[in-house]
Amino acid sequence: MTTATVSTENLVVTYDEFKALDDVSIDVAPGESFGLVGESGSGKSTLLRAVAGLAPVTSGKIRVHDRVLVGNRRDKAFYRDVQMVFQDPYGSLHPRQTIDRQLLEPLAIHGVADGERRILKALDEVGLGSGFRFRYPHQLSGGQRQRIAIARALILEPAILLLDEPTSALDASVQAEVLNLLEQVRRDRKLTFIMVSHDLGVVTHMCDRLAVMQNGRVVERLSSADLVAGRIGEDYTRNLMVASKGFQRKGAAA
Amino acid sequence: MSTVTETRPMTRREWLLSDRPQSRTQARLGRAYMTWQRFSANKLAVLGLLILLALVFVAAFANVLAPHSPYIGDLANARLLPPGTEGYLLGTDDLGRDILSRLIHGSRLTLAVVLLVAIIAAPVGLIVGAIAGYAGGWVDAVLMRITDIFLAFPKLVLALAFVAALGPGIENAVIAIAITSWPPYARIARAETLTVRNSDYIAAVQLMGASPTRIVFRHVMPMCMSSLIVRVTLDMAGIILTAAGLGFLGLGAQPPLPEWGAMIASGRRFILDQWWVATMPGIAILIVSLGFNLLGDGLRDALDPRESGQ
Repeated sequence: MTTATVSTENLVVTYDEFKALDDVSIDVAPGESFGLVGESGSGKSTLLRAVAGLAPVTSGKIRVHDRVLVGNRRDKAFYRDVQMVFQDPYGSLHPRQTIDRQLLEPLAIHGVADGERRILKALDEVGLGSGFRFRYPHQLSGGQRQRIAIARALILEPAILLLDEPTSALDASVQAEVLNLLEQVRRDRKLTFIMVSHDLGVVTHMCDRLAVMQNGRVVERLSSADLVAGRIGEDYTRNLMVASKGFQRKGAAA
Repeated sequence: MSTVTETRPMTRREWLLSDRPQSRTQARLGRAYMTWQRFSANKLAVLGLLILLALVFVAAFANVLAPHSPYIGDLANARLLPPGTEGYLLGTDDLGRDILSRLIHGSRLTLAVVLLVAIIAAPVGLIVGAIAGYAGGWVDAVLMRITDIFLAFPKLVLALAFVAALGPGIENAVIAIAITSWPPYARIARAETLTVRNSDYIAAVQLMGASPTRIVFRHVMPMCMSSLIVRVTLDMAGIILTAAGLGFLGLGAQPPLPEWGAMIASGRRFILDQWWVATMPGIAILIVSLGFNLLGDGLRDALDPRESGQ
């Protein structure tokens, strides 16, 4: 198996005049967890959205499981294969629908029969009991909402999960819980992850390899081990690394 | 107490407000109950609701409630009797017909006009606006320019033109009012759609592979409903006034139908000497319009998605 599960070739995405993605190529191997890091506006979320068919692709190729995806058209098989978890758990659940209804919707669209069992299983898998099933999103905390969003993404049993900063809107302790949950479902289901984050700590913890992005371009590709060991080629990555360590008192830093 | 095993039976209130509803019905009823609580905290809104319930009651039981026939008067003995005359509480008109009975039967016409206009205009506006907002591009441009054209006509003038073309009558008045009142609803629905179409929860539904039709009807439209309901309720008063206005101009309900606007028109000739003939239907219009406005205000507070979302 030399072919990648997800790959993009010279991908360009333009919003009006603005080039959000400029000639981006990545390859994600089957079962791999691939990280995308960069500052705000570097195009990392746009890359995920382009793969999902939510961003206007101007040129370039996206390939998922050997199928070339044209423009924003995706067939139903694609959606059973690729799902996405969004950044903001307060915005990604429909405010007027119960959890039950939101989990049922993908099953109804794809004509999956045993909805009842799948919903209970999905809730169970993300660590929420059936007591949450008929609640509305406003009756849940941020972490619980993100778990529901993960359950919704998993209910169609996809092979690839796109994670758009899944923990950046949560506080530190809840972040850890959600990351552990994601780790676990990846192990259980042998999923391929593409994870966007601006937090290098999260990415090195979760991902095997990563790409560093700046102004819509990939500036560096490296493995998490390289990053941790400091084998960094680009100044930009080094700056990002320093920035993610947070504020340090002058003189205390070596 | 949120123990799973119940030690005592829950009161109905606790069941409705439960944090962990056990079924779809319970979740829905609980939500409706919360809305009702917010609504009923507003005393004026409840007054508005009571006025409208009274209107519905009167319309439903008009045959029983009306003391006289609305059409057949006593020309010989009971012409233009003042209010409070024995047997004629609100007086009689120039043909000896009991005004109270005519008002009671007229409530049916008022209610029918309001309901028919709401049933025709609101869904048309909702569908046009939601499709325009969600589709964007040329679909949006075409639909909204059509809406603009309808908006550019003065409402009553356009209604007059339609009635003049179709011929006077209550059905044509309803059609004319419906045709002139959907554009604002389309505007509102479009504005609401634009605010939700780029949200993550719509993107999530797109990622499930839902068709655009399904997204618009099942996910976008529910978000437009509350502002639309509020707007329609507030417009009801205007609809009643337009219907009465058409009736007054002789283009709405035709005699001898006891339509309130037409009744005012017929009382106009002797308004100085027999003031009650025109005044009584005027008061009825005033009260019902007020009821709709109070209800609309209350609904705005109760249904506001920005408040109930949290």
